[in-house]
This record gives sequence, C-alpha cells and structure tokens, in this order.
Amino acid sequence: MSKSNFTRRGVLKTGAVAGAGLTLPTYLRADGHTGFTNAPGDSEVVLGFNVPQTGPYADEGADELRAYELAVEHLNGGGDGGMLSTFSSKVLDGTGILGREVKYVTGDTQTKSDAARASARSMIEKDGAIMITGGSSSGVAVAVQALCQEAGVIFMAGLTHSNDTTGKDRKANGFRHFFNSYMTGAALAPVLAAQYGTDRKAYHLTADYNWGYTTEEAIKASTEAMGWETVNSVKTPLTQTDFSSYIAPVLNSGADVLVLNHYGGNMINSLTSAVQFGLREAQANGQNFEIVVPLYSRLMARGAGENVKGIFGSTNWHWSLQDEGSQAFVRSFGTKYGFPPSQAAHTTYVQTLLYADAVTRAGSFAPCAVAEALEDFEFDGMGNGKTLYRGDDHQCFKDVLVVKGKENPESEFDLLEVVEVTPVDQVMYDPAHPQMGGAEATLGECNNGA
Amino acid sequence: MDQIIVQILNGLDKGSAYALIALGLTLIFGTLGVVNFAHGALFMMGAFCAVVTSKILSSSHKVVDETRTDFLGNPLEVDVFYVQDWFGQAAGAAIMDWAVPLAILVSIPFMILLGFVMERGLIKHFYKRPHADQILVTFGLAIVLGEVIKYYFGANPIQTPAPDALNGRVDFGVWLGYGPNVVVYPMWRLVYFFFSGAIIASVFAFLQFTTFGMVVRAGMADRETVGLLGIDIDKRFTFMFGLAAAVAGIAGVMYAPIVSPAYTMGMDWLVLSFVVVVVGGMGSLPGAVLAGFVLGIIESFASMPAVVNLLPGINQIVIYVVAIAILLIRPRGLMGRKGVMED
Repeated sequence: MSKSNFTRRGVLKTGAVAGAGLTLPTYLRADGHTGFTNAPGDSEVVLGFNVPQTGPYADEGADELRAYELAVEHLNGGGDGGMLSTFSSKVLDGTGILGREVKYVTGDTQTKSDAARASARSMIEKDGAIMITGGSSSGVAVAVQALCQEAGVIFMAGLTHSNDTTGKDRKANGFRHFFNSYMTGAALAPVLAAQYGTDRKAYHLTADYNWGYTTEEAIKASTEAMGWETVNSVKTPLTQTDFSSYIAPVLNSGADVLVLNHYGGNMINSLTSAVQFGLREAQANGQNFEIVVPLYSRLMARGAGENVKGIFGSTNWHWSLQDEGSQAFVRSFGTKYGFPPSQAAHTTYVQTLLYADAVTRAGSFAPCAVAEALEDFEFDGMGNGKTLYRGDDHQCFKDVLVVKGKENPESEFDLLEVVEVTPVDQVMYDPAHPQMGGAEATLGECNNGA
Repeated sequence: MDQIIVQILNGLDKGSAYALIALGLTLIFGTLGVVNFAHGALFMMGAFCAVVTSKILSSSHKVVDETRTDFLGNPLEVDVFYVQDWFGQAAGAAIMDWAVPLAILVSIPFMILLGFVMERGLIKHFYKRPHADQILVTFGLAIVLGEVIKYYFGANPIQTPAPDALNGRVDFGVWLGYGPNVVVYPMWRLVYFFFSGAIIASVFAFLQFTTFGMVVRAGMADRETVGLLGIDIDKRFTFMFGLAAAVAGIAGVMYAPIVSPAYTMGMDWLVLSFVVVVVGGMGSLPGAVLAGFVLGIIESFASMPAVVNLLPGINQIVIYVVAIAILLIRPRGLMGRKGVMED
C-alpha cells in the first residue's frame, strides 16, 4: 500500500513557498537564463531616469529629462541623431541598444535621498529598469548609487559634483561623467590667482551638506596652495533663503574675497544678499573685494540676473562651445525644445549614450560586462574633448571650463563666457587622494544582481 | 559693537516680515477662529505679484536683427519693450525699473479677491470643524498654490530687483562715528522696515479708530453678542480675511527684492510665523508684532559666524528654544489673553 504525501498541510506549505517566490521583487528572482538583474527581452530594454521633478532642483531635473528623451529618440533612430555622429565610438547605429528598442520610465527624486532611493527601487523592482541614471544632488547620487550596487544594476550619475560620489563613496556599479569639487579647485585657483593676485584672504560660506563640504575643502586646498589665506568658513543651512546675517559680518572680517560654496537657489539668494550689502563695490586690504562661485550653471545664472556679471566659477560644459559634438547636441536640443541645453542636460545625454555604447561594445547587458567596457574607456566628440572613464574610481577625466558671468549678454541664454579651458592634466589626481577618501576608498566588487 | 548694530538692523527687516505675516494670521484667527496654514502661501503669492507685474511691464515683441545670430545660427530676435514703444526709452525704462513698488497697486485688489475666494469658497466650510481639519485643508491649499506657482514659474528663485534709486546702501557706521563700510545696510531693507511700520500702524488705526474696526474688535471679543445686535459679523470677518490676505501679499511684494521669490517661500515662512503668533500670544495683535521683531533680531544674532562656530546649528533652532523658554515663563505668550485657545 502506497502512502501519499499529498496532504493539506503539504499543499499549504508548497503554496506559501511558491507564492512568496512569485511576490519577490524582480531583481531578487534569479533569471536563471541570464544571471543578472532585469535582463531585457528580445524586443525592448527599459532605462530608469531618476530626476528631481519637484523640489529645489526641479528646473535642472526638467532639463535632464528633456535630454534623456532626446537621447532615447536618437538611440532609437529618431531625430537628427545628435552626438551619435560625432561620438568617436561608432557602434551605435540608431537601432536601439543591441537591437532592442529603448523604453524608459521616470522617477521623482524630490532632491531627497530617501525619496530618490524609493523611486529608483520602484523602477528596478516594478518596471524592470536595467540601468538607473539621473539626479541633481550629490546626497541623492551617493544614496542611489549604493542602492544600485546592492540591486545589481548600473548607475550612471547625473549632475553630482561632490568628491564623494567617485571618492570615498565610489561603487563598482556607479559611473560619473560630471566633474567634481577637486577639479573645480584645481582649475579655478590658478585663474583666480592670475586675476586677483596671490595675496588674498578668503571667507567661505558653505552649504551645510555633502557637496558643500567637499567643495569648500577643495577650494581651500587649491587657493591656499596659491598663497591665499582662509580667514573663516561658515556653514549655512540648505533651507536658508535670506543670507544677510551671514553676509553682513564678511566686510569686517579681514577677508577680501567671498567664496560662495552654494548651488541653485542658495547661490542665487546668497549672491543677491552679497550684492545688496555692497560687497562688489567694497574695498578691503587695499584691494577690490571679490566674490567667487565655484560651481556655476546657466539656470542659476539666469536666476541671479545682473548679479553674476564678472564673477568667476567653473562649469562642466556650456552650450557656446564650438566643438562638433557640442554643436550637434545644441542643434538637436535647441531645435526640439527652443532653447539651449544646460550642463545638467549635457551630462545626462552623454551618460545615456555612453551606457548604450558600452552595452553594445560588451555585447551584453550584464552590469559587470558593461562596467568592464566603461572602465578606462577613452572617447571624444561628446563636447569636452578627449575624455577618459578612469577604471580606478569610475570618474571621467576631461578638460574643465572656467567661466565668468558675461558683462554684456546678447540674449537671455548668453549669461556665461568661457575664460579658460583647463587641460585635463591639470585636474588629474591620484585615485587614493586624501580628498577622495584616501587609500581606504575602493570600488568593491561589481554586482550582477540576480 | 558694530557687529551688534549690524545684526539688530538685520533682525529688523526679518522681524518686519515676521510681524506682517503674524499680524495677518492673528487677524484671521482672532476673527474667524481659523488656523490658516495657507497664510505663508499668501505671502508667496504677493511676492509673485511683483514677479508678474515685472513681467507684464517688461512685455515685448520680437524684432529680427539680421546682423546677429542666435544660438542655432538663425537671425537673432531682439526683444523690444512695449512700454518703451509707448512712453519712450527713458520713461519706459523707469516704469520697468519701478515694477516692484507698482506691484503693490496690483497686489492689493488681487490679494483681497484671492482672500475672498479662499474664505467663501473653501475655508468657511470648515468653521465648525476641529482645528486639525482646518490645518489640514489650509496646508493642502498652500501646497496646491505652491505647485501652481512652480508649474508656471519654475523651481529656481526669480530675481526681482528694487528700483535703482533704492538699491544703494546706507552707511550707518559713518553716522555713528565708525569708519566707512563698517555698518552698512541695504537701502531697500530700510525701506521695508519703514513700510512695514506704516502698514502695521494703518491696520491698528483701522481697527482702533473706525466704526468698522470697532465692530470687528467687538466681534473678536464676543461674536455671539454682536450677532444678537443685528450686525452681520460674518460679512465683516470675510472682509478681514481679505484684509489679512492683502497685508500678507504686500509684505510679499516688498520682500521680493530682498529674497528672490520662489515657490517654496510660503512654507519657509509659515512655521516660523506660527511660532511668532504663539510667542506673541494667540489672538493678540500687538503681541504678534512684538514677537515678530524680538524673534527676528534673536535669529539674526544666532546667525553671526562667531555664534554659529561656537554652537553649530544654533541658528536653526534658536527661535524654537526661545519660544519654549518664553512659553514656560509666560504660558499665554508675551501678550496673550486668558481664555483664547484654552477651551
């Protein structure tokens, strides 16, 4: 007599286990046939664009999203192809990525780390995004990069300038095209020394978060190496709008330069306060008082209006560049949207193309294969001259633009002028540089996910 | 000493804004009994009245300049301002330059109308509901107004400068016997301080010396009795809501050159203004004004680099610490009356 194991309890147990398996997030389910998270089907591949659609950086986010849509259009063979024709790598042919049509989903980071992680997680788990890209804040970039590392997808960072993104918080699955605080300091300090002399005393006002700290550290180190002295540095809350209490004491502090380590609305308001209190017309230590804004964007410059005229800073890219790649991108973007792209739009467009290119060269969507294709990849034709995606820290190395507010703008977009293109050699650093987390900072192991 | 004078001056303009917003909040609470969390949004709407007025006065038509090209290489379209077409170059430029003061004329009817619509269309349905419901609905309204502004004007602050003639600085240091550039204060902030004083005085005079104001004050003290006398107090209170909205709006218009308007500014000011109201004493108009200036000056001192370096973060919590201290010593606030919000 045979005894059946088909019992009520057994059915319940089996059902529970099967149910739990089915409800697992897609990225935890082993796609046995592929071996990596969110392997695409044969017809389409989904990318996740995680940008601030609300919150203080929503304007940058909107421009990033426009650039992503343009990149998808070009990858799928639409429009005029943009930078596909100028990119030194010629493997992208407008047939999607590895023959799959590119689709995308979007998330709202709200410029908050927890919201950004939640939206990235949703795009990975529910929408099957194989790559996450975007962001307009270093805090967000570091948080989402860590999530992508755990989930086993590639993270192509958007506008993030803090050293930490590819410094102490670098990850094997994360890549950054945008420049960083160290590079800003290295490019800007010699120009400042040439313009304002080496006998200067600087006063720093610094946004009280990750990006502010690394930018202050970088600018201090670079300017002090040129002979400047730092007389004071004060942290300002990210939510601050009226900076009068911080600006008023600057004139009598012994300083003759004010460095505003602020971005976005913070920068617009702190610069406005500085101008209101007459810093631009003041004299200190027998010299003209000067103001410096380390990281510029055209969107910020528009907000600050007249106040930016003649003020030095740095930027990753500017639409007025005359190289073939920049012109192709400006033409595509300008024709589609009616205005020139911002640096945020440029870096996100380029990151999308670089990802697609790496997948195509690797012949696989597997994150570790893509990472390998990106590491130490040298390219050109994307608007910044010859560029290296360094394998040691996944940071792009390229020329850096030193800019200043234009004195006589010819249009509402003509706000910054490029005063120097700092060659890449001048902004190179050791991967174990103390500002980058020192010798302890490592990428860790690449994660394919499932 | 010079730094103390500078920070007192800084505190005065911040305190002026706190006082104006808190005055409106107290008026609404005192008359209608509504805790209006959308009041900061009214301040923001006022600031955007300045932005809109500036944009309207800067309206232009395009003229193609064949000698120059735009970013795509097409002939450049140059803006030609209508006001300069109509009034000539100099007069047109002057009109555009004085956009912010002119915006006050636009903001008063607009804000009164907005106040009426808010009160009649939404808030009146919540008079008999708990304060928690009122807070939720007005907070939701504030979010909606903020998002509407962001949709049309973007997320970045929009610079809205004061007229050139009032854009300079006053060197108090020279008057006080210090050297030049020791105690410098922007002229527009001084204008804001005196303007706020005038508005506050006007509101008090209106309530104190007009029959309408007397009835409103009577209604604030005992609504039921005033109603029994045959006076339609609800209509007058609706007007007071419109007046409070206009005060917040004017405060916003004049503040636009100090801090560039952004859709977030309503929320930035709201919580602090409520603290000002509570510290001043719920329902007390003089208390709201006094607390506005006291907390503005204290906040200004707490933001001095010497203080921030000694106690990091103190500038962000000082108002709340002072509020707790005052409420422990005087539970009804600086000038609070017995029985208000105590049932």
